[in-house]
Amino acid sequence: MQPIRVEEVQTALNRFANQDVYLHLETTNGAYASHHNERFFSAGAYIRNGRIRFSRGKIVGKGPYRVGLRLDFGWVYAEGLTDWEVTDKGQLLLAGHDYEGKLAVALQLSYEPF
Amino acid sequence: MERHILVVFPHPDDEAFGVSGTLALHAENGTPITYACLTLGEMGRNMGKPPFANRETLPLIRKKELEDACKIIGIKDLRLLGFRDKTIEFEDEELLSDRIGAIIAETNPSLIITFYPGYSVHPDHDACGAAVIRAVERLPKEKRPTVHCVAFAKNCEQELGKPDIVRDVSSVIDKKMAAIQAHRSQTEGLMKAASKRGGDALAWLKTERFWTYKWKKVL
Ligand SMILES: [Zn+2]
Repeated sequence: MQPIRVEEVQTALNRFANQDVYLHLETTNGAYASHHNERFFSAGAYIRNGRIRFSRGKIVGKGPYRVGLRLDFGWVYAEGLTDWEVTDKGQLLLAGHDYEGKLAVALQLSYEPF
Repeated sequence: MERHILVVFPHPDDEAFGVSGTLALHAENGTPITYACLTLGEMGRNMGKPPFANRETLPLIRKKELEDACKIIGIKDLRLLGFRDKTIEFEDEELLSDRIGAIIAETNPSLIITFYPGYSVHPDHDACGAAVIRAVERLPKEKRPTVHCVAFAKNCEQELGKPDIVRDVSSVIDKKMAAIQAHRSQTEGLMKAASKRGGDALAWLKTERFWTYKWKKVL
């Protein structure tokens, strides 16, 4: 993956608008967060291959970045995004890596199920 | 000497830190080892710094790392069960135990190594251990293989007592370190931190600890 370049990510997001696409969205502190620090409240969420359709996708921020996708009846949102990649299948992968390089958040779009 | 050892863990690299020395010792003695790994660690958080892996490429990278680690340890029979990381506790419990039970029936192990359910921190570890115990409990008591469990929850010694098996693996520490290093995507950062800590980390790695699972009395 490469550090996010806003304009290129915006162009990539636009390619997925107004059609059925598959979403991978996750946030995580890791399963060991509360083991290493008992006062740490561990939380996370994950959806893989949720089928969505958005009319407008936008990346904002100065880095780490935020991405929001406007659905017909709602929103998809992620913050803390730092790196991006377009795979050879045309999938858009966005990820946020923390200061130790560990994945903390991922937002990915694909035309076919992941 | 054991007849056959079956290792059941949910993630590539679960075998490296806690049991690879024990397994290397058994392999050197000529004991066949089957390792059933439930997932490919698809949800691992270490991607390299700068990232050389991503969510979609990580499973393939970890599969190769696992195969390399098995070669180093001397595990010749690696079974990838194809479940998905972080979902084990949500799986059909019977299906999990059926899959593990089939491997037990096929390989007829004298010893099984897995996580101690309830004392292994990661939900996948606990669910994996529980599935193994359920599968073995289906066998009549006299036919059950011994089960050695790894546990590392903070309360494990308090509730389970001291581990009844404490094995010095310093004679195979080179293999163990190489197995840990084979899981480079996940262990590189950790090993850097450990080398800063120095001697106590190495001393800890030279000893492996197990709790023999005690079967509940039939009511
Ligand atoms: Zn694990």
